[in-house]
Amino acid sequence: MKSYLKFNFIALAISVFLISCSSNGNEKKLPYIGESTVNEKTVDGQTVTDTIPYAIPSFSFLNQDSVMITDKTFENKIFIANFFFTNCPSICPTMQRNLLQVYEKYKDDDRVAFLSHSIDFKYDSPAVLKSYAEKLGVTDDRWQFVMGSKKDIYGMADSYFVYTKEDETAPGGYDHQGYFMLIDKNKHIRGAYDGTLIDQIDLLLADMEVLLKEQ
Amino acid sequence: MKKHFLIISFSISMLLSILIVSCQPNVSIETAQYAVNGQKLYITHCQNCHGAKGEGLGTLYPPLTDSTYLRQNRHQLASIVKFGMQGAIEVAGKTFDNAMPGIKELSNIEIAYILTYVTTTFGKDTKTYTQEEVQESLKGHQ
Ligand code: HEC
Repeated sequence: MKSYLKFNFIALAISVFLISCSSNGNEKKLPYIGESTVNEKTVDGQTVTDTIPYAIPSFSFLNQDSVMITDKTFENKIFIANFFFTNCPSICPTMQRNLLQVYEKYKDDDRVAFLSHSIDFKYDSPAVLKSYAEKLGVTDDRWQFVMGSKKDIYGMADSYFVYTKEDETAPGGYDHQGYFMLIDKNKHIRGAYDGTLIDQIDLLLADMEVLLKEQ
Repeated sequence: MKKHFLIISFSISMLLSILIVSCQPNVSIETAQYAVNGQKLYITHCQNCHGAKGEGLGTLYPPLTDSTYLRQNRHQLASIVKFGMQGAIEVAGKTFDNAMPGIKELSNIEIAYILTYVTTTFGKDTKTYTQEEVQESLKGHQ
């Protein structure tokens, strides 16, 4: 019995090895995250289906320079979106430290942008966000820090599938997840990474290269 | 089976002693033990803001590597940890003006562990930050 198990394990290991080798040949493709819509139409008497991947809805928020930015601001760019607040004592410092590394790696690369939404609608005004951005070391508009009404920001978090909640018992008064969401040029979600873990950042960097090569 | 256990525990203690010897030259066993305990607490309570190597973050969170600052303010360190601090300070040649929340749930011995880790690993000190020093530092606040 034992040796049978062992054999099984070896077989499994070999097949994993084979699979990973063979997928090395063709290019890696990123998945589409979220439920896609399927449109059916009839062409020449036959039903054909058209699958459209999930995309984030359009938006407009005030940024750290008190300028209204919208989804158009990210036209023809891939970008990383996350949710944070400036007084957050728990996961945000780690998250923003890690995202800063990505920002610095893509210095001078206009194809890549960053979008941090504040969930502290009471305190994080554009002026507070501006000072935060400067202290973090963000010097240009490739990284946008935005605020909006509670309804708009928390609604947007839902559209990114990131959990956010006002919660008195959470450190700093808000509870939220630390995901980095990778968005492609057509506003489709192509990856989700735990922004607090350094090996997830390596994965994100690798996936960004894949995404930048796409069409 | 017993033999196995012996070999494993022997190699673990060898490894540990090599680690302690190589990382912390000229440090007493007590200081080394405080620092080991302090590292775990540091990761839980401080690392998010001050960084894994005490490097800080921009001008949001100051580094804990400025030995001069740590030495000059040694008597205040425990009270900074327990009660937090705010207002402009100068660390490693840069000005910081933010607020650090106090971490009230830490006990005196835990603070001693953390500060021994900080001052001997990021700073250049070699001695234990003792419980007596913690008590002394917290006195002004109670
Ligand atoms: C929520 C973020 C945060 C956490 C968590 C935090 N600090 Fe701080 N710390 C700060 C900020 C911000 C300052 C600077 C405050 C100011 O500008 O007056 C600071 C200042 C300090 C200073 C004095 C300045 C320096 O750099 O030497 C020490 C020492 C310090 N912190 C140690 C710790 C230790 C030890 C812990 C864990 C027990 C800890 N901090 C946890 C944010 C934090």
